[in-house]
Amino acid sequence: MSAESARAPRRLPRLVVGGRDLTVEAGFTLLIVAFVAVAATTSDSFLTPVNLTSLLKQMVTVGLLSLGMLVVILTGGIDLSVGSIVAFAGIVTAGLAADLPIPVAMAVGVASGIAFGLVNGTLVARFALAPFVVTLASLTTIRGLAFVYSEVPIAPADPAFLDLGTAMVGPVPLITVIMLAVFAVGGVFLTRTPAGRSIVAIGGNAETVRLAGINVRRHVVAAYTISGACAGLAGVILASRVGIAQPSVGVAFELDAIAACVIGGASLSGGRGSVRATLGGVAVLVLINNLLNLYGVQSFWQQVLKGLIIIAVILVQRVNRSRG
Amino acid sequence: MSRLELRDVHKEFSGVEVLHGVGLRGDAGDVIGVVGANGAGKSTLIKILSGALPMSSGAMWMDGERVDPRSPHDAHDLGIRTVYQELSLVPELSVTENLLLGAFPRRLGLIDWKAADARARELLVRVGFGAIDPRERAGRLSVARQQMVEIAKALISEPRVLVLDEPSAVLAGADLEALFALIRQLRERGVLVIYVSHRLPEVLQLATSIVVMKDGRVIETLTPGDTGEDELIGLMAGRRLEQIYPARRDGHGQVLHRVDGLTRPGEFADIGFELRAGEITGLFGLVGSGRSELARCVFGAAPAVAGKGAHRSPAEAIEAGMALVTEDRARTGLVLGMTVRDNMSLTTWHSTSRGPLLDVARQRRDVAAMVDRLQIRPAGCAPMPAVHLSGGNQQKVVLAKWLLRDPRVLLLDEPTRGVDMATRVEIYRMVDELARQGLAVLLISSDLTEVIGATDRVLVMHQGRITGELRSADTGEDEVLALSMGRPA
Ligand SMILES: Nc1ncnc2c1ncn2[C@@H]1O[C@H](COP(=O)(O)OP(=O)(O)OP(=O)(O)O)[C@@H](O)[C@H]1O
Ligand SMILES: [Mg+2]
Repeated sequence: MSAESARAPRRLPRLVVGGRDLTVEAGFTLLIVAFVAVAATTSDSFLTPVNLTSLLKQMVTVGLLSLGMLVVILTGGIDLSVGSIVAFAGIVTAGLAADLPIPVAMAVGVASGIAFGLVNGTLVARFALAPFVVTLASLTTIRGLAFVYSEVPIAPADPAFLDLGTAMVGPVPLITVIMLAVFAVGGVFLTRTPAGRSIVAIGGNAETVRLAGINVRRHVVAAYTISGACAGLAGVILASRVGIAQPSVGVAFELDAIAACVIGGASLSGGRGSVRATLGGVAVLVLINNLLNLYGVQSFWQQVLKGLIIIAVILVQRVNRSRG
Repeated sequence: MSRLELRDVHKEFSGVEVLHGVGLRGDAGDVIGVVGANGAGKSTLIKILSGALPMSSGAMWMDGERVDPRSPHDAHDLGIRTVYQELSLVPELSVTENLLLGAFPRRLGLIDWKAADARARELLVRVGFGAIDPRERAGRLSVARQQMVEIAKALISEPRVLVLDEPSAVLAGADLEALFALIRQLRERGVLVIYVSHRLPEVLQLATSIVVMKDGRVIETLTPGDTGEDELIGLMAGRRLEQIYPARRDGHGQVLHRVDGLTRPGEFADIGFELRAGEITGLFGLVGSGRSELARCVFGAAPAVAGKGAHRSPAEAIEAGMALVTEDRARTGLVLGMTVRDNMSLTTWHSTSRGPLLDVARQRRDVAAMVDRLQIRPAGCAPMPAVHLSGGNQQKVVLAKWLLRDPRVLLLDEPTRGVDMATRVEIYRMVDELARQGLAVLLISSDLTEVIGATDRVLVMHQGRITGELRSADTGEDEVLALSMGRPA
């Protein structure tokens, strides 16, 4: 081969351990370590127990929403209604807490999320409506319902309402443990169960899946129901964490959830995405927020910077993949 | 000075080299036939010279000039037109839009649709595919028709080099003749044609030289006059193939599936036939005869309007022990982004799970056994995304997916499309073995030799109706072809 004709292949090294490509995982670990290192050296308040605990708690809402969102995105859909479900589930739980035992009120909150997800899924699957349109409509409908239920914030008097949001398991908040458990279950669901694999396959090629005798509609409905359930749980946890439920909470939460999935490498056209990388995406997002807060960056500038950082992370991912 | 020359081309994918220094040269007016087993590297070579993939190292010249197409657009500007192995039309757009994409005739700045349709029609007639309606949506055309539109699209302006990757795999009869006539015309006009195919007789007939590839290398360049089918197969497979079709089966068993009066207006009408245990029934028909539509309907993928013998849904069909290998592997056969293992186990996920969890160990075992049995290459492909496999190997994955279901009634729509001879022989042997074990098989094929050679009985369709039923042992290609064109034999 002459020197003139040689065209050197340009590839980034990949990390393969025991036959598994861990490049993405390693990339996230590196990114997160870098964030933490920068934060710890530039801000005195970062490595304090108070800040770390609050970081772990902040991950929970966006984490739960992202997992549900991932399941929907894998089918090739999108769920814009999750922010509204957070508000509805929270306000209903807080409202019912006055008359019902708190666990029951919370269960009703989660159930409301499931019900909304079921409706979204049914509209998308049974009537073949575009997911964007369906969930855009339910975004406003459910937000409206939250205000119909109560125009003003509700703060339950019973201090037991705060238990869920404040309890600790050793050094880790209970709600963070719950979120990690949901991610673990989600990971097993998507990689190890027929239903989970079917959901991923549907996003890749629904017709092939249908011809393989798999009920495509039922799995699509299931995906939106899972997203609704996650959003309902997130709403209940958020209300319990801050002690007060507001009908206006959760605006634009869906965008963070989508961003976390995309940072984690999920394809918005479906069929590709990973639970672990999405958790990485969640961590990155929450760290960015936390850092900008600690630096006292003004909130509008925070939005600008956050957007730019997200684009940068996604670009790095893309370049990495296309050279693979 | 040659029209095209490639020297010492290497290509690797994520560190694995699949082309090990390939060379190729041809003059204006040549037809270079490229043959080789599945996964030999034919499509990869073609994607490199058409700018769709970068080479890892190597060099390329055209008419004495060093060229380096880095994108399909570059190659297009150089006069290299390519029809890829996988269909690439936009299914939602009309034939006209697909053909003229980016080059619409305009009037007052707006697209002049009348002129566009007229130009598309003129192009189709010029290349011999005048039967296609330019206003039809591409996705509604049969695979063969889509293939013809792809070819027409490559000829919208005169190319210097025309590359065809298995253009004939789905064509038969008059369509095939039209393609051959077209290639001869192009030759006379001084176009260099590169023709990849597994159909050796047509390569021997068309090519001026034949390049044999094996495991990422060109192992031989031959002149059609000095070689024959046997030698080519021997070179590709690395061994001689004794007999292509197994002996016919006799003493057929009970009827496993009966179709009666089945009708879908516009596609087929009043179809009746029986599939018996131990029998392989061939189904031959030209483009537009309704053969694939019929198979889809029987399988429950499209509802029947009248008649008996169609399932209500694929799920019901599968439950009843039926399987359908569809003709378009990219659209209906595979989830391209998923692994080979996932694709193969798609049909058994729900039936073999243990409790709520997949039986991963069993899945791995089954998939490994199938990879071995069908000789899918590379041998370690199970964790690879299906899209990284060569076309013929993808086809084997689709077949494997259904074989893992242990069907009783097997509908095969062009199961050997793009599959090399050695593997075809293996597939015929397997289907034969399955039939002998008591399966009923319907083999739809546009390959006349296959549809007669591998079957016991041939049904012939013409314009949505069955026009003949023949015993394979007593019929010939002429008779089947005549019936398929609506002429009495
Ligand atoms: N994107 C890719 N990533 C990894 N491997 C690839 C990729 N594309 C092709 N290969 C591998 O390169 C080899 C050659 O494939 P290629 O498609 O060129 O074969 P082919 O000769 O066209 O076969 P066929 O007759 O089946 O179409 C195969 O082993 C295939 O798995
Ligand atoms: Mg190929």
